[in-house]
Amino acid sequence: MAERSFAHEVGKLRMGLGQEFRGEGILAVTKALLQSGVGYVGGYQGAPISHLMDVLSDAQGLLQELGVHFEASASEAAAAAMLAASVNYPIRGAVTWKSTVGTNVASDALANVASGGVTGGALVIVGEDYGEGSSIMQERSHAFAMKSQMWLLDPRPNLESIVAMVEHGFALSEASNTPVMLELRVRACHVYGSFVAKDNRPPKFTLQDALDSPTRDVNRIVLPPANFLHEQEKIQKRWPAAIEYVRRNKLNEFLGGSAGEVGIIVQGGLYNTLIRALELLGLADSTGATDLPLYVLNVTYPLIDEEIVEFCRGKRAVLMVEEGQPEYIEQALNTILRNADVPTRVIGKEVLPRAGEYTGQVLQIGIRAFMRKYAAEQFAAATPLIPSQAAELPKEVQALAALLPVRPAGFCTGCPERPIFTAMKLVQRELGPLHISCDIGCHLFSILPPFNLGNTTMGYGLGAAGASAFNAPRNKRALAVMGDGGFWHNGLTSGVGNAVFNQSDQVLVVVDNGYSAATGGQDILSSRAVNRSKSTRHPIADAVKGVGVKWLRVIDRTYDVGRMRDVLREAMTAPEKGPKVILAASECMLNRQRRERPAFNKAVGEGKRVVRERFGVDADTCTGDHSCIRLSGCPSLTIRPNPDPLRQDPIAHVDNSCVGCGVCGEVAHAAVLCPSFYRAQVVFNPSKWDRFVSGVRKRVIQFLQRRADRRRMRYAF
Amino acid sequence: MHSERPISIAIAALGGQGGGVLAEWLVAVAELHGWMAQSTSVPGVAQRTGTTVYYVEMSPKPAPGRRSPVFALMPVPGDVDLVVAAELMEAGRTVVRGLVTPERTTVVASSHRVYGITEKSAMGDGIADANAVLSALNARARRLICFEMEAAADRHKSVISSVLFGAIAAAAVLPFSRGTYEQAISDYGVAVKANLAGFQAGFDQAMQSSPVAGWAPPSSAPTTELGRALDERIKREFPAHLHGILQEGVKRMLDYQDDAYADLYLERMTQIRSCDESVARLSRDFSLTNAVARYLALWMSYEDTIRVADLKTRSRRFERFRAEVRAGADQVVYVTEFMHPRFEEVCETLPAGLGSWFSNSAFARRLSAPLFRRGRHIHTAKLGGFVMLSLLAGMRRWRRSTLRYRVEQARIADWLERIRNLAAAPGGYRAAIEIAECQRLVKGYSDTHARGLKNYQTVVEAAERMRGRSDLADAIRQLRNAALADEAGLKLASVLSEVAPDG
Repeated sequence: MAERSFAHEVGKLRMGLGQEFRGEGILAVTKALLQSGVGYVGGYQGAPISHLMDVLSDAQGLLQELGVHFEASASEAAAAAMLAASVNYPIRGAVTWKSTVGTNVASDALANVASGGVTGGALVIVGEDYGEGSSIMQERSHAFAMKSQMWLLDPRPNLESIVAMVEHGFALSEASNTPVMLELRVRACHVYGSFVAKDNRPPKFTLQDALDSPTRDVNRIVLPPANFLHEQEKIQKRWPAAIEYVRRNKLNEFLGGSAGEVGIIVQGGLYNTLIRALELLGLADSTGATDLPLYVLNVTYPLIDEEIVEFCRGKRAVLMVEEGQPEYIEQALNTILRNADVPTRVIGKEVLPRAGEYTGQVLQIGIRAFMRKYAAEQFAAATPLIPSQAAELPKEVQALAALLPVRPAGFCTGCPERPIFTAMKLVQRELGPLHISCDIGCHLFSILPPFNLGNTTMGYGLGAAGASAFNAPRNKRALAVMGDGGFWHNGLTSGVGNAVFNQSDQVLVVVDNGYSAATGGQDILSSRAVNRSKSTRHPIADAVKGVGVKWLRVIDRTYDVGRMRDVLREAMTAPEKGPKVILAASECMLNRQRRERPAFNKAVGEGKRVVRERFGVDADTCTGDHSCIRLSGCPSLTIRPNPDPLRQDPIAHVDNSCVGCGVCGEVAHAAVLCPSFYRAQVVFNPSKWDRFVSGVRKRVIQFLQRRADRRRMRYAF
Repeated sequence: MHSERPISIAIAALGGQGGGVLAEWLVAVAELHGWMAQSTSVPGVAQRTGTTVYYVEMSPKPAPGRRSPVFALMPVPGDVDLVVAAELMEAGRTVVRGLVTPERTTVVASSHRVYGITEKSAMGDGIADANAVLSALNARARRLICFEMEAAADRHKSVISSVLFGAIAAAAVLPFSRGTYEQAISDYGVAVKANLAGFQAGFDQAMQSSPVAGWAPPSSAPTTELGRALDERIKREFPAHLHGILQEGVKRMLDYQDDAYADLYLERMTQIRSCDESVARLSRDFSLTNAVARYLALWMSYEDTIRVADLKTRSRRFERFRAEVRAGADQVVYVTEFMHPRFEEVCETLPAGLGSWFSNSAFARRLSAPLFRRGRHIHTAKLGGFVMLSLLAGMRRWRRSTLRYRVEQARIADWLERIRNLAAAPGGYRAAIEIAECQRLVKGYSDTHARGLKNYQTVVEAAERMRGRSDLADAIRQLRNAALADEAGLKLASVLSEVAPDG
């Protein structure tokens, strides 16, 4: 794995019965998996579940002791297919990924495993990346659960509830022979809290047991006629079994009061936000005590008809707090109540927004509208903690919004991907604007300022495929970008192989930074690092050549902007047909610094001669045009007020976070910018020779400088 | 109903500022005190330069048999006790998000700026107005503790989180003792000494809460014979409120060339002053003279190769770069300059006749092309590089004979004439000032300089075509701002077709 160590977290995974576990939500899930006797875990990293993968990857020792197999899968599809091990054998397995993007990739395997059904508990943990801070399309995982008939858990966002739901998830899966999805929103994944741990349990039935005596049941395989049988079985056997388990174990909770004309039904994951909104409206206290009846759906699919009918009967209206759209639960409630002849009105998207995250503010507004209409007396008796107009901002504060600078995500200081896009900008100056098909990964930040490069992104590893339609005989070629993560995820086949097969005349830049960097720096097939538990160092160049690419250029130092630009130009204008692949390889600076910085500091401490490089800008010669920033965007390349009393525009400035990657100088050269940049080589613990040579130089230089100073003194004001 | 409410804390930070650590420390303080606490965040892609809000809630442990509080996972406008911001604009963002309310919210914020990419990449001055944010904070916060924390962190080789943490302790919004905070830093076990020093600095400065000092223009008194003569001339011939800027101008001319050049500057300024006097007889603020004083000094000290070499070899520059890269006294520092002289720059440094012959000769250009294809690395702290640049700087004495000098002086004369003509025309005074300010477009080197010059010419020629129009000044200003909007000149072209369509 990457250079980051999770040894501290691994220690927490070893906690036993009665110990208090404190930590993040996703780490609690990891611990719950081990407490549940899981036999194997797989997944594909991505926020907000990367932590689960990273910690397990560092916990190889513990996993071996327990006999748990862990795999960093090549893709979500590969992870989902792992669940095949639970089809024939009573082995519990869990897989995880970022949703809905990962669920999209996994859905072929998920549909198959859901159709045939499982013997051992199969749990799919999805990090629901929805709302603030999300980087993906805003969709719901709920649809996947419904279409394949997998059960969907949405626990209240506290560690105890989350852990309990992991444990119930396996049992529910086994009781209903159905894979179960556990949905965790971003904040729940990162929530810090505590729960009382149990002992870890080794799996009862192991993978070795399965290999020693394999069993098969042709009725579990998705082939006619079994596939028709599966659909009948889902409806007639597995669904009722799930309902029975959920009811008997009271997975959904009836909280709050029992009287009154109205009630609220809420997805478990939104419970805390709901309570805060009720509290601020004066309808609950900070512990969640309220007179309003609440029905908390820790299981959002399937719904339990009897529980819903029981909750709604006798009420004028219920408020359905369901985030996202389409409003599947609200629609289902209406069907259930009509079928049961219960006239209770279901109010959901009528008072709550159809789209967007349900924040405390949004819920307050919705609940207020609901209560005023359906329980006006009860609402009038409540004293809100915050007057409703308090949230309204004065005009001058609203005006401030336009003034605040936007802060789009960008490449890190010293990122080796930045010069690739600088070179693209320079090539565009020569060839005119290009159509650029982007991918998923850090390199997607090229879309944002200051690069403003890229037309589309169609999904992970799909950069090259996204350019495949542009195989038209034209002088200009489409340019595609793909990261090494996306390359191994599926880009080798869907992008490179596809382009070779279809003789696509595109240019593909594969950004090889040595890690799946955007998801936290995990190792992949082509990583240069030696990994104890994985096989790495399989060059992308070999794979590209292996599928038949003839035109390949490898750049092993992307910081060389001039060369990068020349190779791009060559690829865009080469007479050869078919895909032209540029492999742009330099190590991710974030990971490199994690390794090199401590080593550097150690060497300095030991008195060894080491050289630190960094860049600077001469305030005297910088005229404040900021071309350099528009071509770089490095966080360490910033501005400061102009020290010159005559000049007004702020000047460029390199702050001390500079890692000396060299791009500033290369850009100044390649784009013929200005002579203001300088590279400083600071020699720590200089040798005797260093001191001698620099002493001589210093004396001569200072002699000349004193002479020039004297002249300047004569012409001083 | 139960009335005790959790304390809510929102931490606004940029990716990499350590907001997560601060949240962990706050949770630790609460737990050390026997309270219960929860924190959460939405890092997402904010880990790289974006913004993010960490959210912490804490409350005393419930009495036996009582229910625990339900902590929320995100701040609700109007319901935040403490807002912590690791940067000024991010503090402003919490105000816009409604998290700061006069009834409830204490704000602990650093007043330093981390510029956004749009501020940094602007072609001129794109820095957002910090005063607007400060006054909004003052108006909305129940109590505001705001000072420059980045510098304090830097001084103690710590991170801004520790200084913020100290300021939070001093703000006394949370009912915990100072020792508990320090305990939390020690228990965390990373860079404890530096973090405790940062904490101390934050605590002390928050207790004093010193206001942010404003910038005052330096006033200068001459120190040499030459200086005194020029200063007397300035004082004799110009109104008092222009003395400061003219002194700066004269200083620049002396530094750039010599006293004769300073005289030339003042001569040109005298012409502008008399033009100003004859036109704006009633108002005595000499706005035109003021504007030209600044831009003429900048134009007359255009950056040629001689100037760059001069600035690069100065002793003060050597001191400056050592300080900038934080080199210790015992460390050796070498600098490498990235220079890319082109054929044009070399021609410009030659004597005018020769230079113009060369620059018009396609043969010479072709022959010398390989020399200029690549940029040059010049090692200024080594002898070869230093001596070469020194010799180049010494060519100052022949500067007046160079091609560049001739070209620039002609441009300056043309610019001044346009200004005088405009100012003399009825209603053209404001437009003349706008033309003076157009010098701002001409800056940088090589392509950047060429682009700026082209934009400048486009604007002044458009102004010529629009002579006599009543909205001339506004039109020039619009064009100038458009020229600074993008590199490709798209905005300038569109504004041009709008305000001066016959171009």
